[in-house]
Amino acid sequence: MTDYKKPIPAITPDMQPFFDAAKRHELVVQRCAQCGTHRFPAREICSNCLSRAAEWVRVSGEGEIFSYNVMHQVYHPGFAGEVPYAVVVVKLKEGVKMLSNLLGVPPHDVKIGMLVRVVFEDITDAVTLPKFVARQS
Amino acid sequence: MSVKGKTAIAGLGITKQGKVYDSNHIGFAVEAVRLALADAGLTRDDLDGVLLNPGLSWADQGMGSFQLQQAMGLRNLRLSATMNAGGATACAMIQQAAEAIDAGLCSAVACIFSDAPLKPPKPKGEGTGSGGSAGAYGFARGLDAAYGQFGVNAMYAMVAQRHMHLYGTTNDHLGAIAVAERQWANKNPAAQFYDTPMTIEDYRRSRWVVEPFHLFDCCLVSNGGLAVIVTSSERARDLKRPPVYIWGMGQGHPGGDPSETLTSGAVLAKQSAFKMAGITLADIDVVELYDCYTFTVLVCLEDYGFCKKGEGGPFVADGKIAPGGSLPLNTGGGQLSSFYMWGMTPVSEGVIQMRGDGDARQVPNARIALVSGNGGILSTHSTLILSKDP
Repeated sequence: MTDYKKPIPAITPDMQPFFDAAKRHELVVQRCAQCGTHRFPAREICSNCLSRAAEWVRVSGEGEIFSYNVMHQVYHPGFAGEVPYAVVVVKLKEGVKMLSNLLGVPPHDVKIGMLVRVVFEDITDAVTLPKFVARQS
Repeated sequence: MSVKGKTAIAGLGITKQGKVYDSNHIGFAVEAVRLALADAGLTRDDLDGVLLNPGLSWADQGMGSFQLQQAMGLRNLRLSATMNAGGATACAMIQQAAEAIDAGLCSAVACIFSDAPLKPPKPKGEGTGSGGSAGAYGFARGLDAAYGQFGVNAMYAMVAQRHMHLYGTTNDHLGAIAVAERQWANKNPAAQFYDTPMTIEDYRRSRWVVEPFHLFDCCLVSNGGLAVIVTSSERARDLKRPPVYIWGMGQGHPGGDPSETLTSGAVLAKQSAFKMAGITLADIDVVELYDCYTFTVLVCLEDYGFCKKGEGGPFVADGKIAPGGSLPLNTGGGQLSSFYMWGMTPVSEGVIQMRGDGDARQVPNARIALVSGNGGILSTHSTLILSKDP
């Protein structure tokens, strides 16, 4: 963990519940307390009904690959040994989209529509990142 | 009462473009306005409006149009604003200027874009910046960076990937756009790639930036400035150059998630602009579409109705947008191959074509031009219909 070279996200106050849950290996997103629309990352106001009332709720962690790209440029030295690597957009069963990485699948084998489920990567004592692996059904 | 034909572009100023290091964003803006005024046969004192689209180098400096006013000693303006809807700003500034002039609020408005993001190459011996100090990577504090997602290219690539998946669009389809624009640039001495031909094989061999985008799917980055002067048609007719009449204007900002719709704001913007101009697609002689990526052109061709949604790939594959084809598109080489002045690149080429100033790349008998601007990830859009005729 101590030799982790990739960027470590800052835990901003609005995203604290997300990082707290990830630490427990749980995936949470915000849900509007008024209209029930899920949203991620954290926002103060629901863009559907404009309510400010929201709660963080645990989600299934299951979804599918909505889109992906394959990064070839090194923007940060922590990724120098990994290019080309894929970044994926996962669409969770709850409808919310989340940027992540798909573990165990070479970048050129990633396909839109692949079924995935969340796993958790503890990168520092404070930060755990949700990532995804392929699932059968 | 329609604004059709009541205002015109009377002046065009284009500074040196590309790897030009002898000026900054304000210097380029002043020079662009000076050139545009001279082109129109106007002086500083004739100008009573300034609208500025600030490029990246203007970041966080605030009140850019006022800075520009002070930098070039403009007095007694009746219109001044800094506008930013990304690549849609250029046509939106011209719309704002035309409306203000038509309403009698002002008489001659300069619309400007400038930027100077490129820095001179460092002398040998200085670091390349890959050392990795914490300060140099202050941008990498978000969740996106933790997953290795950096920059606009990567975000746009996600949307392009969806189009490929749903409609079977291929890299060779995107490459056909890159090659066609390069062929146009090879006829434009002002283009950064004037001297550099490109084949589809060159496109395929160009390095990946972020799949599905090759290097040649992505626009240039340019230092420079570009300005136009908008005035009433009546006044424009007394000036030095042939007026380029503004027939139609529109904006479209659909909101929501373009990766779901794969649709730009052109669908909305077109409605206003075509209705005002009283034209249909068949009336358009030359098309200047905002091209931050080859993919943006492909989507906007669909959204303007040149082909059906999802058919943009096969539509461009036959070369109809290249020189000699049936749909002359981005005739100066576009932002992919001429220079990147955000939405001002397509505006300037529309003006050049309507004036008949295109020399080797002039589209014969072109009387009506469609010009577009597109910002964000297919998020903001603006349309202009320009014409030689009043």
